[in-house]
Amino acid sequence: MNIVEKILARGAAKSSVAPDDVVFAKVDKVMMHDVSGPGVIKVFDKLKKQGISVDKLWDPAKVWVAEDHFVPSAEKVSAENIVKLSKFTKQYGIEKHFKYGMGQYGICHTISHEEAMVMPGDVYVGGDSHTNTTGALGAFACGLGHTDIAYVLLYGEIWFKVPETCYFKLNGKLPEHVMAKDLILKIVGDIGNDGGTYQTMQFGGSGIDEMSVESRLTLCNMTTEAGAKNGIVEPDQKVVDYLTQRGATNFNLIKGDEDAEYSKVFEYESSEMEPTIAKPFSPENTCVVREAPSVELDKSYIGSCTGAKYEDLEAAARILKGRKVKIRTEILPAAISIYQRAMENGLLKIFLDAGVTVGPPTCGACCGAHMGVLAKDEICISTTNRNFPGRMGHVESQTYLASPLVAAASAVTGKITDPRDL
Amino acid sequence: MKGNVIKYARDNIDTDVIIPGTYLKIHDYAELATHAMEGLDPDFHSKVKEGDFILSGKNFGCGSSREHAPIALSHSGIKAVLALSFARIFYRNSVDGAFLLPIEIKQDTYDGISDSDEIEIDVSKNEIKNITKNQTYKMKPFSEIIGKIIAAGGLFKYKPDQD
Repeated sequence: MNIVEKILARGAAKSSVAPDDVVFAKVDKVMMHDVSGPGVIKVFDKLKKQGISVDKLWDPAKVWVAEDHFVPSAEKVSAENIVKLSKFTKQYGIEKHFKYGMGQYGICHTISHEEAMVMPGDVYVGGDSHTNTTGALGAFACGLGHTDIAYVLLYGEIWFKVPETCYFKLNGKLPEHVMAKDLILKIVGDIGNDGGTYQTMQFGGSGIDEMSVESRLTLCNMTTEAGAKNGIVEPDQKVVDYLTQRGATNFNLIKGDEDAEYSKVFEYESSEMEPTIAKPFSPENTCVVREAPSVELDKSYIGSCTGAKYEDLEAAARILKGRKVKIRTEILPAAISIYQRAMENGLLKIFLDAGVTVGPPTCGACCGAHMGVLAKDEICISTTNRNFPGRMGHVESQTYLASPLVAAASAVTGKITDPRDL
Repeated sequence: MKGNVIKYARDNIDTDVIIPGTYLKIHDYAELATHAMEGLDPDFHSKVKEGDFILSGKNFGCGSSREHAPIALSHSGIKAVLALSFARIFYRNSVDGAFLLPIEIKQDTYDGISDSDEIEIDVSKNEIKNITKNQTYKMKPFSEIIGKIIAAGGLFKYKPDQD
């Protein structure tokens, strides 16, 4: 069995599972945020009316809650959702609620690794499609909707069809100007935005051994853009060290068997990778930056679970140090812990000296919610993960997806720029 | 189930156009319905009727896990979406929440049905009848688990232990 089959077999208390088997798996961790949380509360209200008991959760200690999409509240509906969420966590005894304005908080997927909320080998589900991110820690991490999350909260298990696994073998180290974001854009461009539908995308090989945990998180994050059920990397010493630094103990490192089976194998030479973007209006619409169209950009956005981890901010700072931005540029660290490190290590000063506005952690404009959404005809280069019509604001705005290096270099020139050409 | 088809002859209809991100804070189902398909077809809300179906190409519902998407369509009156393929979270949200039927169709069905055609879907026979054009197509059958959850009326009514 491969790693996903082993994790799901453990979750389903079976000696083995195979692709297409349907299992009910026990869940180790479940997450919801200020969009899916109120959605789940609505499902609970419906269940009550149908006479189904929602008096207590299966295990409040395994549930954690993030405030990320609509914080800080821009208007009263969002503010009321946050109040509703707080009442819910209090009523059901959920202690791990990361609140805006009370120390550590941030984008749910970032909190999942910054706070070691999810461990290798876990069956982890979240009320958000980019739950896939956390598979980089060696967990089965999968996004679900409100009804499914409500089911997990009450019963602690959920059905899965065991997915087939596509294996992406990455060879060697990425060049200095290329980031994991470039690589995953290239992969999504190659297989298409339904190329991973119903499947696991597993990453391995010497390219993964060389890669930091944060870079692996970027890879797994955007498996969602290929439609994958989950992304995963087998856990190694780097993952153990990363989580240990964040207070984790007791590891159960599940790895695939030597003779594990994969439905398909793709191979990439890291040394051949180039800075890459996705043009409007789909993450699969990729090209290398040096062949990008010559457009006048209005804005550079360095934020989100995909592109505002500490390593992403460091990359942007390498470019922005001693330079000035030519277009509106916003940097929103993905969690307070990252914000704090950026302050302690001088990154915030570099950003502010360059003319950048540094904002609080939020999903914000990535999903067109608030805090810097785009006007009609505005063009943005962004470290986020999606660029469908209207994703970041007006349906006639445009978003180019890029790495933090490319987004920072483009901020300096006002055009889509390869960091090597700066 | 009998109704008229609203056809979007394209692939990759994503959740950002089915229900734009700015409405994710809304959890009133009727209000969500007023914004359904707003990112692609601002006339959708005024033209959709109770019992209508949507017909589209590959990878319908790709993007986010927002259950708002099937909710907004369902509360607009849409009973089923017929598509060449579906994104997985949209598909399972539609079924587990019992909002609408996600029906996978083949290319001949997609080509054969035009916008506004009246069709009748018979899930028990895996059959789609085009009343307007007097044609019949086979739909791809639901997998066992999906069929059982649909028959039960959603995940909360499905009892796996009774299998």
